[in-house]
Amino acid sequence: MISMSFDELLPLIFIGLMGVSLLVYVVSDGYDLGVGMLMHRATPEERDTMVASIGPFWDANETWLVLGVGLLLVAFPKAHGLVLSELYLPTALMLVGLILRGAAFDFRVKGKANRKATWDRLFIAGSMLASVCQGWMLGRYISGFGEGWNYPIFAGAIAVALPMAYALLGATWLVMKTDGQLQHKAIEWSKIAWPPMVVGLILISMATPWISETVRERWFTLPAMIAVASIPITAGIALLTVRLLLGSPAVRGALCWLPFALLVLVFLLSFLGLSYSIYPFVVIDRLTVWQAASSPESLKIILIGVCVTLPVIIAYTGFSYRVFRGKTIELDYA
Amino acid sequence: MKHLRATDPQQKLDWLRAYRLWTKIFALTFALGVVSGVTMSFQFGTNWPGYMERVGNIAGPLLGYEVLTAFFLEAGFLGVMLFGHRRVGEMVHLGATFLVAFGTLMSAFWILALNSWMQTPAGYEIVDGQFHARNWLEIIFNPSFPYRFVHMVLASALTCAFLLIGISAWQILKGVAIDTASRVLRAGLIFAALAAPAQMVAGDLHGLNTLKHQPQKIAAMEGVWETTRGAPLLLFAIPDDATRSNHFELAVPKLASLILRHDLDGEIKGLNEFPSAHPPVFPVFWCFRIMVGTGILMLLVSWIGLWRHWRDGWDFARMPRPMLKVFAGMTFAGWVATIAGWYVTEIGRQPFIVSGLIRTADVASRVPSSSVALTLAIYVVLYLALLVAYVGVLKYMSETAERTKGPITSKDYEDGPHKYQRRGEFA
Repeated sequence: MISMSFDELLPLIFIGLMGVSLLVYVVSDGYDLGVGMLMHRATPEERDTMVASIGPFWDANETWLVLGVGLLLVAFPKAHGLVLSELYLPTALMLVGLILRGAAFDFRVKGKANRKATWDRLFIAGSMLASVCQGWMLGRYISGFGEGWNYPIFAGAIAVALPMAYALLGATWLVMKTDGQLQHKAIEWSKIAWPPMVVGLILISMATPWISETVRERWFTLPAMIAVASIPITAGIALLTVRLLLGSPAVRGALCWLPFALLVLVFLLSFLGLSYSIYPFVVIDRLTVWQAASSPESLKIILIGVCVTLPVIIAYTGFSYRVFRGKTIELDYA
Repeated sequence: MKHLRATDPQQKLDWLRAYRLWTKIFALTFALGVVSGVTMSFQFGTNWPGYMERVGNIAGPLLGYEVLTAFFLEAGFLGVMLFGHRRVGEMVHLGATFLVAFGTLMSAFWILALNSWMQTPAGYEIVDGQFHARNWLEIIFNPSFPYRFVHMVLASALTCAFLLIGISAWQILKGVAIDTASRVLRAGLIFAALAAPAQMVAGDLHGLNTLKHQPQKIAAMEGVWETTRGAPLLLFAIPDDATRSNHFELAVPKLASLILRHDLDGEIKGLNEFPSAHPPVFPVFWCFRIMVGTGILMLLVSWIGLWRHWRDGWDFARMPRPMLKVFAGMTFAGWVATIAGWYVTEIGRQPFIVSGLIRTADVASRVPSSSVALTLAIYVVLYLALLVAYVGVLKYMSETAERTKGPITSKDYEDGPHKYQRRGEFA
């Protein structure tokens, strides 16, 4: 590692950037997809508040997907082709879900009032379709697109677990951003979404090493096993704390932000665990980051752009969240 | 739409109302653009995996810059621009608005650089079948890029101008928000009257550039099969790829040579000079006529409309209703011309994905064709449904504009009526 030249290091920098973009996407679009799915259980007035709570952010959230997939495309073109050819139909369906959701988001307030319920249904359906497809794609990806009876079951389980995780993230987002009756409901929703998410996470953690020998060797070889065990242990503690908080009155007051923050931590830890499982592959057991990467000359050109724009992107994302901090108020175009 | 973003929220009631309506229209249009645009970053991999495998070293950085500098500037500041006016200061809001406009322009810059490179590749070298960059300035500023960029920016401006014209005329016809609509209609007409002739010049120069670098595309656009001196301009014809000739020709003698060579007896290379390497003629020929026809119509309508408006003493109440109906009918003219133009240039590049170097068929996905057909059908149905909904909601929003929520307060007047005029480049 120490003697690695800059040209050899470049693909690692890019896989890191891509991973971080996708992590930010999963967390940020995760909460707004979650809010979208939860609207299924809300009254029309509550739906307006829920949409207002994600209104200023969802556009930017979705662009992290474009950045993540864009980096895969421009830095690892061979992997982009391989992964997306394998995931042809789920990708198309996910895009349909995202398109429906994005369009319905705007149409619901701008169209005729009596059409609003229809747009809301499309918004909810789009959010669900996109989340389920992303779960399926994640399941197929981390099992290396294997063939056999057990692989579809695994992908199917994740296709259920990931939407639940998004719903929990969305519900805790609402706990943080709303008050009154809606906040109360959001706490109840969080309690319902918590067990399936935890079961899903345990299932993934157990199934990944079972399905892929590469992953098994990574995790269950001493002495590394002791060091990496801190990842699931910390995640477990964070999840338990979330559950305890949801049962306590503090979550309706000063600590309303904590369940959401802890869940973001759980997502971060899951991401670290997954990265540890897969490295140095970009497609597990098939393509390493170096095999898939563009030429160093091209990567250098892109890196310059990344170094200039990424700080700006982070700064304005922070600025945007600061402008719209606190409890959600009604949105208007004034 | 981008010029609208530069509108500063107006103190004057009319402009404030206009700003409110048009911000909503912009938000809706932008959202549809974002969600349908996300699709593209996936389709490179799902449908054209061979493309990035071979030219990834060149297309990658261009696409990367497109995503980085543009999409993020737009989407990031859009939230502040659309919803943040009460939460941030006037100058910050104006700044966010300009950054959104700048982001869009940069977006167009990078993506058109890549598309132009695919049309007129330059600055590359091929090592073991893989493309590598040799000179980035030559890649970005490849021969067709400056023309395509100017042509496209003007096309967007015209599209925006006719959206303003059409919707405002519709409002006047329906008796909705007449004062506001009149101001917007006038601004749109002036803008269109300036942009339309500029677009004619830009389009002519772009055509000459194409003649130099992609003569087979020009031959298809003009329906010229055999190399001809003093080629006629075909007003109507049914090009037939099977017989390699045109049916039912209606032509103006020597005009094509005059336009393309600026010489009555100039030579135009025919399609037969490019065996198995020229595009399908019928769609290119007809899309080109749709684009130019719509363009000429836009020029005439904006000039006649403005002249009539001047004769009417700058009062739309005196403008004949048929004229207003023509305006309303032209609401989406810019889009029609733009899409037809893209069909000309993209189909006109076939059978290649990178002109003369890589054939489209060689880079297509090996996904079963039934899957491709299924997803294509889903996209077509979805996009058509969204188009219908979009037009319906535009109509609804324009007809209910006066009932826009949010009280108009005395603060809106505090700088006095003399200050209502725009600071931005409202168009």
